[in-house]
Amino acid sequence: MSLTSYFMEATYLIASILFVLALKGMSHPETARRGMFMAEGGMFMAIVGTLIGAHIVTWGWILVGLTIGSIIGIWMALFVPMTSMPQRTALSHAFGALAAALVGVGEFILHGAEMTVVTRGALGFEVMLGALTTTGSLIAAGKLHGTIPGKPIQFRGQNAINLVIFLVMTGSFVYFWMHPSVIAAFYTMLGVAFVFGVMLVIPIGSADMPVVMSLLNSYAGLAAAATGFVLGNNVLIIAGTLDGFSGFILSVLMCKAMNRSITNVLFGGFGAVIATASAETGGVMREISLDDAAMQLAFANRVIFVPGYGLATAQAQHAVRELGELLESRGVTVKYAIHPVAGRMPGHMNVLLAEANVPYSQLYEMEQINPEFPSTDVAVVIGANDVVNPDARDNPNSLIAGMPILEVDRAKSVIVLKRGQGRGFSGLENPLFFKPNTNMLYGDAKSTLSHLAQAVQHV
Amino acid sequence: MNPAVLIASVYVFALAAFLGYQVISRVPPLLHTPLMSATNAISGISLIGSLVLAGATHSHVAHILGCIAVTTATINVVGGFGITDRMLKMFGKRKDEGKKTPAAEASK
Repeated sequence: MSLTSYFMEATYLIASILFVLALKGMSHPETARRGMFMAEGGMFMAIVGTLIGAHIVTWGWILVGLTIGSIIGIWMALFVPMTSMPQRTALSHAFGALAAALVGVGEFILHGAEMTVVTRGALGFEVMLGALTTTGSLIAAGKLHGTIPGKPIQFRGQNAINLVIFLVMTGSFVYFWMHPSVIAAFYTMLGVAFVFGVMLVIPIGSADMPVVMSLLNSYAGLAAAATGFVLGNNVLIIAGTLDGFSGFILSVLMCKAMNRSITNVLFGGFGAVIATASAETGGVMREISLDDAAMQLAFANRVIFVPGYGLATAQAQHAVRELGELLESRGVTVKYAIHPVAGRMPGHMNVLLAEANVPYSQLYEMEQINPEFPSTDVAVVIGANDVVNPDARDNPNSLIAGMPILEVDRAKSVIVLKRGQGRGFSGLENPLFFKPNTNMLYGDAKSTLSHLAQAVQHV
Repeated sequence: MNPAVLIASVYVFALAAFLGYQVISRVPPLLHTPLMSATNAISGISLIGSLVLAGATHSHVAHILGCIAVTTATINVVGGFGITDRMLKMFGKRKDEGKKTPAAEASK
């Protein structure tokens, strides 16, 4: 081994350590940013180490890729609005996975003939996971951005067709593994994996995106780890595994927060069956005037805001912070209750409220805040529906029975900000809206909140 | 890949998985979005594989595949770290501002 190769290996080792320390820093908002600097330093070292130690012979293609990638990357980092974070992240998963898949294809072309059985197996996993994550993430990004309808796209025999596609994919993987000389098997696997990624995500509704995002995150990481096995590169294995496990842990947490299994999310097609299954609760929804609502808020002691995806679509995060600060200046205790699956990706609401300068000490997790609702004067639900549906707790026949909810119905009074009278995304009836202590405020969340703030000022 | 290297790699994988579980399960839900975006940027480490593919051989197919891979992986690394930092900056700064603002409002 030459000196430069040793240098390269040393940078990889340091990068691996820095990556772990970076994730350790993420355990607290105070240390998270310093952690990210470490990860950036580690990444930079690994890149420089590779360029010096990997016997690079042609620089042109590398420079082209680095330049274009940096320009697009910087543009994304600077200009993507926080409300678009879910689709940005999904797109990123697609890019990462595509890189892994392409490296796999390149390895196959260059060294496919002399690979050992084990390397070929890892290569198969890398290419398969990489390809299906690429198209799956693109579809997810399209759904989140609204380019593709967010509703589950389903047809008869879908699961059967998916099973066939899956079998063809794994079949060609096994065939390629056994007979490396049959090039067609490798490319069949690649092509079918691209198709499988699409089929995997189209039947899943937007409301289930937190789980899908976490899963795709995990797959993208595992594809990178498999690349590490193919190239015999430990830093790839470590970084990929960290990503893979992070995604896995998040998927489990998201599923728990919806009381559903991963299989149910992937193959259940939630949201399509429900429209017929939900029983009519009946009763009337009471509308409240802006002034009355402002009066309630202004003379309350404790107010809890419960944001949902509606807050993100209305871009109302700044408006809610203004109202919150106004109430605080009048001596009202203001808190924010965040359900784990509120929004379209894990932690979505936290990021939006942080963007609007809400101190994170005011953001409360479900377990922390639920005991506080009975002593709360007004709970303000902003564009959230299923995560506050008391049916999940009270009605064992409900489709979301057992899903942990924010118990806003236990508050003394509830104000629900909603776009219209229709049902939420899932199509489930929400008995919360018909409770005697619930009042509805219809309209765009952003303008409603700023009008509320004005009205509070005049109280 | 010879058996000794394979076994070492499996060790690395298993230990990284264990370490990852320990470290990541301590991340609060507050930071789940930055976590996802950070781990995603870190897994952009496949950039180093792409660099080798794009530059260390004389095969044209490898150059082109490598060039695309370098581009997408770089987007992932640069964009991912950039946006993670932007998010974390928002979580950090509010500690002082959040305390100041209500007081400032009251003094008006």
